[in-house]
Amino acid sequence: MVQEKIIAMLAEATDTDASEITADTKFADLGIDSLDMTEMAMDLEDEFGITLEMTPELNTVGKLAEAVEKLTAEG
Amino acid sequence: MSFRIIGTGMYVPPKAVTNDDLAQIVDTNDEWISKRVGVKERRVSETEFTSEMGAKAAQAALDDAGVKAQDLDMILAASVSGETVSPSMACMVQHRLGATCPAMELNAACAAFLYLLETAAAFFALHKDYKRILVVGCERMSGILDWTDRSTCVIFGDGSGAAVLERGEGYLDSVITVKGGDDVIKIPHFLGCSPFFKTEQDTPYIHMKGQETFKYAVTAIAQDITTLLERNHLTIDDIAWIVPHQANKRIIDFACHKLGISTEKMFVNIEKYGNTSSASVPMALHELKESGKLQRGDKVILCAFGGGLSNAACLIEY
Repeated sequence: MVQEKIIAMLAEATDTDASEITADTKFADLGIDSLDMTEMAMDLEDEFGITLEMTPELNTVGKLAEAVEKLTAEG
Repeated sequence: MSFRIIGTGMYVPPKAVTNDDLAQIVDTNDEWISKRVGVKERRVSETEFTSEMGAKAAQAALDDAGVKAQDLDMILAASVSGETVSPSMACMVQHRLGATCPAMELNAACAAFLYLLETAAAFFALHKDYKRILVVGCERMSGILDWTDRSTCVIFGDGSGAAVLERGEGYLDSVITVKGGDDVIKIPHFLGCSPFFKTEQDTPYIHMKGQETFKYAVTAIAQDITTLLERNHLTIDDIAWIVPHQANKRIIDFACHKLGISTEKMFVNIEKYGNTSSASVPMALHELKESGKLQRGDKVILCAFGGGLSNAACLIEY
């Protein structure tokens, strides 16, 4: 569910077909910049009620989704 | 009893530096700057000191208000880029205007104009005989930029904005907040040449973490505006204009997204001047007024944020 949300956000932000974005898609490959990443992180924080620190390691859709799921589970 | 704004003024130096001009100095381009920051050009002083620009904006505000410098009861100024630490920019502006009233400066970085208004309200409350206070934000940001750092030197510009305040009922509410520390934004002083001081010095230029600044600024704008609306039982439809600190167009746009409001509610002129720190809000307020889109009686929210981390917002009836 988190991953689908991230893919939907990215598809809208980059005008890309959602079917072309997978867990392995790297953010850099979508041509989004650091402020795009910050905007997405802030939307995810509001959506899931978490505090998310964006680090360079969270560089793919799957890794970000996993981090958000973990934070959400921790409540 | 507080004040109402009876005159505004601004001044920018004549030299305009475009994004293409900057591309000759650092590895950047117009598309990158336009998309990331929303700036097309900025003004840069070639000869004028900060207080000269401050005095020119102040005189314009006095002329607009029909007030003589000698009739001021106080001058409050803000700057992070003055040509002197002492005299303060307020004292220099007082001298240049030929005013005789007390004058003092405060520092709240890019949020400072809101802190000037708050301080003016306090002076009106303290001194019942005060009728008019001049507030001025003046900056020569080009003097505190690292012109080899493409992440900061493309953002800022020089300029000055001022307002004349008269005792009245126009300052309806305000919120001021500081989350101290220097890890997100800092502008170190030149720390001197003491043979005894052993700590390594940072370069005396603007140091800023872009993503953290963005997140802080968006959150500050959204929270401060929400607080003012809720506390005064208003909705966004009751507000004619929001005049935000012109830091970055994307900060303003994303704050609108977070607030669920149209970007058309925000007055924006960053494309012409860049981020002029404490001067940006009065410059924008002046241009909004000059555009004819601001009417007497309009409710307006001013909001700003910056190093400190300091943020503030106020609700005024123009």
